[in-house]
Amino acid sequence: MDQSKIRNFCIIAHIDHGKSTLADRIIEQTGLLTEREMQDQVLDNMELERERGITIKAQTVRTVYRADDGEEYVFNLIDTPGHVDFNYEVSRSLAACDGAVLVVDSTQGVEAQTLGNVYLALDHDLEILPVINKVDLPSAQPDEVAQEIEDVIGLEAMDCPRISAKTGLNVHEVLESIVHKLPAPTGDPDKPLKALIFDSLYDSYRGVIVFMRVFDGSVRRGSRIRMMATGAVFEVTEVGTFGAGKFIPADELTAGMVGYLEASIKDMKMTRVGDTVTDADTPCAEALPGYKEPQPMVYCGIYPAETPRYPDLRDALEKLQLNDAALQYEPETSQALGFGFRCGFLGLLHLDVITQRLEREYDLDLITTAPSVIYKIYKTDGTVLDITNPTNMPDPSEIEHMEEPMVKAEIMVTTEYIGSIMTLCQERRGVYEETEYIETTRAVLRYKMPLNEIIYDFFDALKSRSRGYASFDYEFFGYERSELTRLDILVNHEPVDALSFIVYAPNAYKRGSQMCERLKKEIPRQLFDIPIQAAIGSKIIARETVRQLRKDVLAKCYGGDISRKRKLLEKQKEGKKKMREIGNVEVPKEAFLNVLKLDEE
Amino acid sequence: MSDIGLYLHFPFCVRKCAYCDFLSFPATEEVKRIYAAALIREIRGYARAAKGHTVSTVFLGGGTPSIMPARQMKAIFQALYDSFEILPGAEITMEMNPGTVNESNLTFVFDHVNRVSLGAQSGNDAELLALGRIHTRRDVERSVQLLKDSGVKNLNLDLMLGIPGQTAEEWRSTLRWAIDLKPEHISAYSLQVEDGTEFRRLQKAGKLHLPDEDTEREMAALTVEMLEGSGYRQYEFSNYAKEGFLCRHNVRYWKRGDYLGLGLGASSLFEGSRWHNTRNLEHYFEHSSDPGQIVREMEQLDRRTEIEEAMFLGLRMSEGIEDAEFEARYGLSVFSLYGEIIERQIAEGVLLREGNRIFLSPRGIEVSNVVLADYLLD
Repeated sequence: MDQSKIRNFCIIAHIDHGKSTLADRIIEQTGLLTEREMQDQVLDNMELERERGITIKAQTVRTVYRADDGEEYVFNLIDTPGHVDFNYEVSRSLAACDGAVLVVDSTQGVEAQTLGNVYLALDHDLEILPVINKVDLPSAQPDEVAQEIEDVIGLEAMDCPRISAKTGLNVHEVLESIVHKLPAPTGDPDKPLKALIFDSLYDSYRGVIVFMRVFDGSVRRGSRIRMMATGAVFEVTEVGTFGAGKFIPADELTAGMVGYLEASIKDMKMTRVGDTVTDADTPCAEALPGYKEPQPMVYCGIYPAETPRYPDLRDALEKLQLNDAALQYEPETSQALGFGFRCGFLGLLHLDVITQRLEREYDLDLITTAPSVIYKIYKTDGTVLDITNPTNMPDPSEIEHMEEPMVKAEIMVTTEYIGSIMTLCQERRGVYEETEYIETTRAVLRYKMPLNEIIYDFFDALKSRSRGYASFDYEFFGYERSELTRLDILVNHEPVDALSFIVYAPNAYKRGSQMCERLKKEIPRQLFDIPIQAAIGSKIIARETVRQLRKDVLAKCYGGDISRKRKLLEKQKEGKKKMREIGNVEVPKEAFLNVLKLDEE
Repeated sequence: MSDIGLYLHFPFCVRKCAYCDFLSFPATEEVKRIYAAALIREIRGYARAAKGHTVSTVFLGGGTPSIMPARQMKAIFQALYDSFEILPGAEITMEMNPGTVNESNLTFVFDHVNRVSLGAQSGNDAELLALGRIHTRRDVERSVQLLKDSGVKNLNLDLMLGIPGQTAEEWRSTLRWAIDLKPEHISAYSLQVEDGTEFRRLQKAGKLHLPDEDTEREMAALTVEMLEGSGYRQYEFSNYAKEGFLCRHNVRYWKRGDYLGLGLGASSLFEGSRWHNTRNLEHYFEHSSDPGQIVREMEQLDRRTEIEEAMFLGLRMSEGIEDAEFEARYGLSVFSLYGEIIERQIAEGVLLREGNRIFLSPRGIEVSNVVLADYLLD
């Protein structure tokens, strides 16, 4: 296929600036789909993503555009997720593109993630085409926003398309700009095969389906291919391209094309995202620059709210892992919660997304425990333990010292919020390193921070203290010695293992009392007083009491209408079902996670 | 031949009270007249179905039945007597607002009603004002006197505790005042703020100052103590009566006896089904003669639902549930069905057992929603 007629690109934007809507319009106006086939948002086809307004799993669509010059162009629109936890997914998607369409909301202007995404795209040498969206809104300020794009980002924007993705206004102009302003791929079809795996999918009938971008050479049915990192060799059974949500078989994929490949691959581990696919017999000289393997940074326990559903939870995790290599899990047991799994995640949002997918897509009711990082415990006998579950922490007398993971945090923020963000970082034990001014109004703050200070609610705090203007990224850089201790929570005098967590010792009192206060709010009043205590070892350091329920009675009789009485009781019973019994206290399942969210109000 | 109760709903009032979420609203004389005619058509529509049933309780509720013109009420009663076999000793209760007791409806009461439920609510004029009532303490006293003079020998006073701004002392004086009026029956309801009421709006705006929880509980305890001390027996969460003066109609609700609800939105339990009438006034006017057209949410109760109801209604009564009676009616013993729950609740101190009878403790009444929810079956 003639590479000059291919455009491989993605759309990048701050949340809610209209990325998915523009994608829909592009798909619509390139006409591969009839309107009837158009779901409202074709790319975001997972229910969860639609609700959150973010895109999690990278997907891609191939459409054909007949341009004003009379030529047909193939557009490969590669979807990218938009959150810091998923940077590795963004990064691998960007690596498959040659250009990017940058959508900026004309009522909001340039925002934190706009910048973050632009820099990420520039890192991958992508040509960027700015588009000003939502010009149909009364509060639109396209001129000001265009000026802002030029000033803040440094992109030529005065003549860029001004559109309404919602109404379709000027979307045609975007399509023409994609043809004329974004570069065509420039690979060599005659060289040995060199293709980048940017995603994969497991289908129980077809095995692993590899999503890839071909840079050099070509691949067809019957080709023998090798995965350069794993060394695995396969015979290709099918190649093809992406319709909207459909796989369309093709004869071959050649340099510049984006498509999929099947080769009766049963094991996801053989086809790592980021790996290079080459010809098994005449391999290319060197692999494409891969990117870092996603490493779980945050661990927590996940338990079924109803114990008999443990096997369902196991099956669900197994299936999710096939599509999400970053998810790790292994069985564990808790006295309070029974059988469950200790799961590893990239970050707290990843955790949140996985638990919600488990609940929605697999209809599971879950209890999640306090997230933890991996602590290193150097014991007096010279051995070293990796602890991901606080309950496994040995007796303090056996511990020589402990280490915790540290990260380098980069926070991009407008200058007016620098003060409040610095305060936040200090509260979270951050060690200031430097401030770099990008523009007169924007700066990057660099801090060294303990990971356990950012896994609970740092991102929320950052957003609330910068009105959403701060963007944040972090990178693990190593372990440092730290004073840590395990904090236990006792409910009605019983220690609840699922609520134990490891904390920086000098903060233990504060955290202990915060936990007790929070738990007091989470546990509904019951028939008796419930003491809630925080303890280090056998020493109680904080206490609150959930006062017994005084009154809960429906006094009135409504002329023989008992329906509201029944409804009320049913609601009561439903609520009770959502509780976990600890000793004889009913604890709402959300409490296990909510208790860790420090109040930012 | 089975015995049933009749409930007649009158959805009109002079003015909506601040706490009221019942189906009631002010209406013109014209609307009341049309309503009476529609109600009569509904009553007559039941004539055939009522064959073979006797009626031993009738309850006229609202709204404010006492704002209906006496002439129309008489016509309604004529229809009742024509269509139903109302027993000579039947309990016939009418709710009255102390602000609407007058010569003309007293005559009607004298002729047809033998029990009056007077919505007194409070003996404190400031509280009555806060509730949005249309009457004063003095109006209540005058009404009680008038009703007694016209021969009413079975009188209930509705009282409300937990009124905004109310103190325990004020509640004590309302109770004292009510006892001194010597009614045969007292209902003492704890104020509940319901959605869609003026009180809910005030509450959302932070302008509703309800007594705190401890005060409210003190009031509840005072209620039992003072009323029981004056010869009123608590026979249900909120109801107290002198010996022999239990409200037979309400007892029917709690014991799951059959009743037909007539009028706008009225609820029925009849021959194993529950339903309620349409709440749309125009629809009711048009179709009231044909019960099939105005019935809503008809549900044929299965055994399980009946048992759940028997538990959460039966345990509202002080006498609770007697196992032999329960087994005779529902085919199995409460102890075999709910053994574990009963045992746990007794240990928690919310349920008491005497022989084969179970009933709620005073603590159990306080938290009855939690306690009764346990009797819903999975």
